[in-house]
Amino acid sequence: MRSRLIALTLPMVLAFGVAAAAAQDAGQIKTSKGSAQIERSGQKLPASVGQVVQQGDVVTTGADGSVGITFRDSSLVSIGPDSVLAIDRFVFDSTTHQGNFDASLKQGTLAVVSGKLAKQSPDAMKVKTPAAILGVRGTEFLVRTGPAKD
Amino acid sequence: MRHLVWLAPLALTLLVGCASRNDLYVLLPGKDGKTGALVVDSEGKKQTLDTPYAAARVKNVGSVSGTTSSEAEVKQDFGPALEAQPRRPVSFFLYFLADTDEFAPESKALVNQIFAEIARRPAPEIAIIGHTDRVGAVQYNDALSLRRAERCRDELIKLGIPKVRISVAGRGEREPEVPTADEVAEPRNRRVEISVR
Repeated sequence: MRSRLIALTLPMVLAFGVAAAAAQDAGQIKTSKGSAQIERSGQKLPASVGQVVQQGDVVTTGADGSVGITFRDSSLVSIGPDSVLAIDRFVFDSTTHQGNFDASLKQGTLAVVSGKLAKQSPDAMKVKTPAAILGVRGTEFLVRTGPAKD
Repeated sequence: MRHLVWLAPLALTLLVGCASRNDLYVLLPGKDGKTGALVVDSEGKKQTLDTPYAAARVKNVGSVSGTTSSEAEVKQDFGPALEAQPRRPVSFFLYFLADTDEFAPESKALVNQIFAEIARRPAPEIAIIGHTDRVGAVQYNDALSLRRAERCRDELIKLGIPKVRISVAGRGEREPEVPTADEVAEPRNRRVEISVR
């Protein structure tokens, strides 16, 4: 009886593991205000609550927009108005917590609470702007980037 | 000729405009009481921020100047981005009677509290991970831990949480809360972790 139970449940566990590994999702949009979009392979999608975010996506907001994303490693990333954020790379092993998270803020404002990736390895998370590269040592921080106004 | 005279200052403005920036980087105190560190590197010029509200400005690429911000300044400079921050993930622990998927008495009431936390989150994701103590064979405990996780999932589905929002896994006796020798009964290890984000 026991062995039958194991015979039934073990393939289920394995199947679940495979499904989780195949998922392309890097994160999910949890907050969205005003005009906000995701650009994915040439297409524009609304950045609405519940929408998934993938590696390679570019998230943009208009003058009244903002977006908040929870990533699979529990990093919390949000952008304010007139912002452009590219998710250059997101790789996360939920068992070992190893991987890489590279993002670029091209313009605008960004708030980050780093997650399990940065906790596991100090070099796992990198945020770039046109002016600088940020090394993240497990932390909460803010970024504003853009040309100087006269 | 008249065109050139007109264009020269414009070209200069564009050039200067590209080089001159309004960048600001601020390290916040961690909500968990710990403040991490942030290294700002602008073409090799580095500034390490490691105290609450330590900040760096980049006015020209390749030069970083240290400064200090404050709670009030941060709200002014980054208000909408901070307001857009998703809720922080939270974890709950439920405990079970020996060798069953029956809740320990004090854990039964927690299910409603977990439901309330899920209900107030937009697009909630729920990860349920079951564990056992070290009584019984490893394989048997793998199955038991999964059954415990599934029991929690079923309770949440009964309350109206969509199944697609929930993932379940069993970790068996591999990750005890309290390390013990094999075959030791330990109520604190008979648990399920439910993380909500």
